[in-house]
Amino acid sequence: MAKRIDATNVTAYYGSFKAIENINLTVEPKTVTALIGPSGCGKSTFLRSINRMHEVLPGARVEGDLTIDGQNIYDRDVDVTAVRRTIGMVFQRPNPFPTMSIFENVVAGLRLNGLRKKSVLNEAAERALRAANLWDEVKDRLGKPGAGLSGGQQQRLCIARTIAVEPQVVLMDEPCSALDPISTLAIEDLMFQLKDKFTIIIVTHNMQQAARVSDRTAFFSIEKTGDPGRLIEYDNTQKIFSNPTQKKTEDYITGRFG
Amino acid sequence: MTTTIANQHPRPPAQPPSLRAKRLPRYAAPAIALAAVVVAAAIVYGAGIGGPVLVVVLAALLHLAGLFAASNAVEGRRSARNRTWSALIHSAFVLAALPLASVVWTLVSKGVERLDGDFFGTSMNNIGARDPNGGAYHAIVGTLEQVGIAALITVPLGILCAIYVVEYGRGRFAFAIRFFVDVMTGIPSIVAGLFVLAFWVLVVSPVFNDGRPGFSGFAAALALSVLMLPTVVRSTEEMLRLVPAPLREGAYALGVPKWKTILRVVLPTALPGIVTGVMLAVARAAGETAPVLLVAGGGAAINFNPFEDNQSSLALFVYQQAGDASRYAPARAWTAALTLVALVLVLTVAAKLLARRNRLGR
Repeated sequence: MAKRIDATNVTAYYGSFKAIENINLTVEPKTVTALIGPSGCGKSTFLRSINRMHEVLPGARVEGDLTIDGQNIYDRDVDVTAVRRTIGMVFQRPNPFPTMSIFENVVAGLRLNGLRKKSVLNEAAERALRAANLWDEVKDRLGKPGAGLSGGQQQRLCIARTIAVEPQVVLMDEPCSALDPISTLAIEDLMFQLKDKFTIIIVTHNMQQAARVSDRTAFFSIEKTGDPGRLIEYDNTQKIFSNPTQKKTEDYITGRFG
Repeated sequence: MTTTIANQHPRPPAQPPSLRAKRLPRYAAPAIALAAVVVAAAIVYGAGIGGPVLVVVLAALLHLAGLFAASNAVEGRRSARNRTWSALIHSAFVLAALPLASVVWTLVSKGVERLDGDFFGTSMNNIGARDPNGGAYHAIVGTLEQVGIAALITVPLGILCAIYVVEYGRGRFAFAIRFFVDVMTGIPSIVAGLFVLAFWVLVVSPVFNDGRPGFSGFAAALALSVLMLPTVVRSTEEMLRLVPAPLREGAYALGVPKWKTILRVVLPTALPGIVTGVMLAVARAAGETAPVLLVAGGGAAINFNPFEDNQSSLALFVYQQAGDASRYAPARAWTAALTLVALVLVLTVAAKLLARRNRLGR
């Protein structure tokens, strides 16, 4: 069910500022793709334009084509909520809904989209929490507030919430940057399991993490501050980290720059 | 120059800085306070220049000075400053709480006289200057109906307006709305009353009333809504802005439409603050006298129908009784004032409890 994503000449703006320019990239189904690069190079912007979260900010817009299994998600007649249900997203900081319990958080996407049946919700919540490796830790306190969990648990709760709506693609925007090493490991393990069902694209500042979890890696960079970010190199992760074609990529991964 | 440095004697190893410092004993502050009171009393009564108020003021000043001097001598300058500022901040709290305590005490002590069944069960209908009984039943009914209708009008309108400004409004139109809401905040209540008098009572109400203009509780509710609306809009706006953007994005990323995100995620998160803002507006409206006098006319009889004939309100009742020549009137005014404060307090507590029930226990 996982989908293939094609980006063709994707350019994104914040008002008049061009954040990324002419990104061309294809993501195969059921793979993990890592986006790496120095701060401000537009990898998060690109990630957010894949499920049309970029345009949530005032003045932000995207040009170019982004197709998911041949369907351009930026066509006029595309329902943006359907796009986001198909392409879920996990954010840098865990953001459970503070007024909802753990259970309500997990099924929020289903409930707020009109699903009412208690038995279906219960089943979906258990499935999602198990998939997120959180079930055993929270099964006895599903009625407690989601904000009362630890940071790592909250992030896994947010992953459970995302996969409960059964998306085909999961975008992760530095999902481990606010977490301790053990929680990070838990989430990396999770990514391996999720790969069987979902296409995963992850933005990370941690190159070891990119090397560990991803099949393919895309390196983004900017010439200088104020310039738009560009895709420098996109290849198999092993190739990028052992024998990159571009000088810039090599400089970045060896730590000589950025 | 390097040679001179090389020729210097090796420095003695630096003493580890001590973490201990001299402190005033625990009893110092109360002792200084006591001494200040004694000295102040001696000065004031010895010279015969004032009463207990001057003693308290002088004692406070002496206490500050004494505390600073003592602390400066024993503990050093930083500690002395810390103690003085702490004492000043505590005094500021006492000064701020003093009027509140005074108001509550005055209301309770003077209002308790007529706190009886008659007061809550009867109106002022057919009560003459020599009748000791009579009550505020009609005024309580009026206040509840007028404020209730005003809240029914302003709460949905105000919250929707704030949602528009925060979540949807872009550019000039939203800016204009915010500006005029700010301007509305400054409208004096008498002007709101005059507006409703000119607009509703004189122009619109004759249409429903065989061509004759008529006072009504509803007109008072309209005037009160003019006063409540800006408070509700502004406080709701502030509360909505406090809801972190990642929460909205989290909901959008689940494919939840914007309107549902606002309804099910943003509003519940901001609810306790919104309730506080609404209760502030209700408290303000319940205490307004002028608009009720202008457009509801006041009255001595019980009138349950807010759409027809005169109505009174608690604030108006206080105003009228306080100015009444009857010797039984002042007691009624005090009790009505106590009732008004208690009513607002009960409503506020009830609303807060309701809002908290929606939140999960930690």
